[in-house]
Amino acid sequence: MTHIKLKLDKINKSFGSKIVLNNLDLEVRNNESMVVVGGSGTGKSVLIKTIIGLISPDSGTIKLDDHNITNISGKSRDKLMSRFGFLFQGGALFDSLTVWENISFFLIHNKYMPEKQAKERALMKLQDVGLDSSIMHLRPSELSGGMQKRVALARAIVNDPEIIFFDEPTTGLDPIMANVIADLIIKCRKKLGSTTITITHDIESVRKIASRVAMLHEGRIVWIGDVDKIDKSGNPVLDQFIKGKIEGPIKVDIGGNK
Amino acid sequence: MNFIGLIGRYTIIMLESIGRVVIFTFNSIRLIFSWPFYFRQFFNSLIDIGFFSIPVIGMTAIFTGAVLVLQSYTGFSRFSAENSIPTVVVLSITRELGPVLAGLMVTGRVGSSIAAEIATMRVTEQIDALFTLAVNPMKYLVIPRVIASVIVLPLLVLIADILGIMGGYIVATEKLGFNKALYLSNTMTYLKSEDVVSGLIKAGIFGFIIAISGCYNGYNSNKGAAGVGVATINAVVMSSVLILLFNYITTQILFVK
Repeated sequence: MTHIKLKLDKINKSFGSKIVLNNLDLEVRNNESMVVVGGSGTGKSVLIKTIIGLISPDSGTIKLDDHNITNISGKSRDKLMSRFGFLFQGGALFDSLTVWENISFFLIHNKYMPEKQAKERALMKLQDVGLDSSIMHLRPSELSGGMQKRVALARAIVNDPEIIFFDEPTTGLDPIMANVIADLIIKCRKKLGSTTITITHDIESVRKIASRVAMLHEGRIVWIGDVDKIDKSGNPVLDQFIKGKIEGPIKVDIGGNK
Repeated sequence: MNFIGLIGRYTIIMLESIGRVVIFTFNSIRLIFSWPFYFRQFFNSLIDIGFFSIPVIGMTAIFTGAVLVLQSYTGFSRFSAENSIPTVVVLSITRELGPVLAGLMVTGRVGSSIAAEIATMRVTEQIDALFTLAVNPMKYLVIPRVIASVIVLPLLVLIADILGIMGGYIVATEKLGFNKALYLSNTMTYLKSEDVVSGLIKAGIFGFIIAISGCYNGYNSNKGAAGVGVATINAVVMSSVLILLFNYITTQILFVK
């Protein structure tokens, strides 16, 4: 029996009258690469932000290694965050800080690491994501989109986290850069031995990154299984999503003729 | 929609936002007294809010002092009370115009930029990123700015006081032919230390208002470029109105017959 790293139990979340997560259950195994797919606006972002605590669920529990981590705060929350890494969709680099300060932000502010050591660590992580020391002292605004994303990845993995979250890691990048990022995600996972949870709607990168895939639809997981089974899932929702069909259980608002 | 319903709805919305501002303010005050404190952010804010505001404050103060002399001369010369002009100028600047004008100018220069900067950080998920890096965004972004602003505003007002009086002095002596020594001695004769101190107390309060308005509106900004714009407008409006409101309240409290 594989160890369950993360367990979500009956998570509910609504904003106003809009139900986003509806009694959602999800189990993520240790060391696997779980990819959650779903259309735009189906609550994928809400799901991972709920897991790391940026959004608190209306009800339900989240367990990490069998410890309840729902709504914990203060010191224990800080301790918990040091076990997580999070790559934001737009990178979310601090634009007032240089590249190396961004990467070692966690180490400087939480581990109180001396500057020299933090810089070395930043450089090491920068090389891990295929960049070199020449950009250490640049500001994020001076970098290209793909580079920003890689720096953001370096920042997310600076503390060798147990679980790394990727919010649309390949969205908005050209196909080659998307491939580079996907490769880096695989590499990081192998090197650090981390569990990764990715949300995306880019089916190419799903095939590449995922070990298991979960389909989010109408606030719950409607299908979950190994990545090599997604083409023969028999699930109408997943089928429609992969093939990009307009007709099917996923209702698309194409404007005008509702 | 019926008219009464509209009034009710807007009243509720207004009360809700007042409540949110109050909660935000209390949270900030509570966090001031807890570790860690981000010194670098604090010093950056000191420079940004304080040092770079000096030119704006200086210009405002000099011209205000200058115009004050001209305007009061118009009135006071009608009943031969020109000798009171230095006293009128020094009291209105130290007690009233120094703090209020400095407050409003800093609102325009700094309050708006605090709101825009924090709102952009909200929109680009940088505030969420702080959270995932185990740094409390309130402590990192709000507290240093609030403390810096409260410390720096009285200093700016002190500069405004001195330059404002100087502006008046220059116009009075150069243009209106006042005796230099007499003008200065008239300035000092009726000035009490509490006049200056009450102005500095006001300045501290205004500093708090400016930082909280900027931070609150930036922190709770809506998504998108429009959200940043709205946050900036709200910060400036909220800060200006609150400064004028609390100006009256503190004057009333510090008022001695």
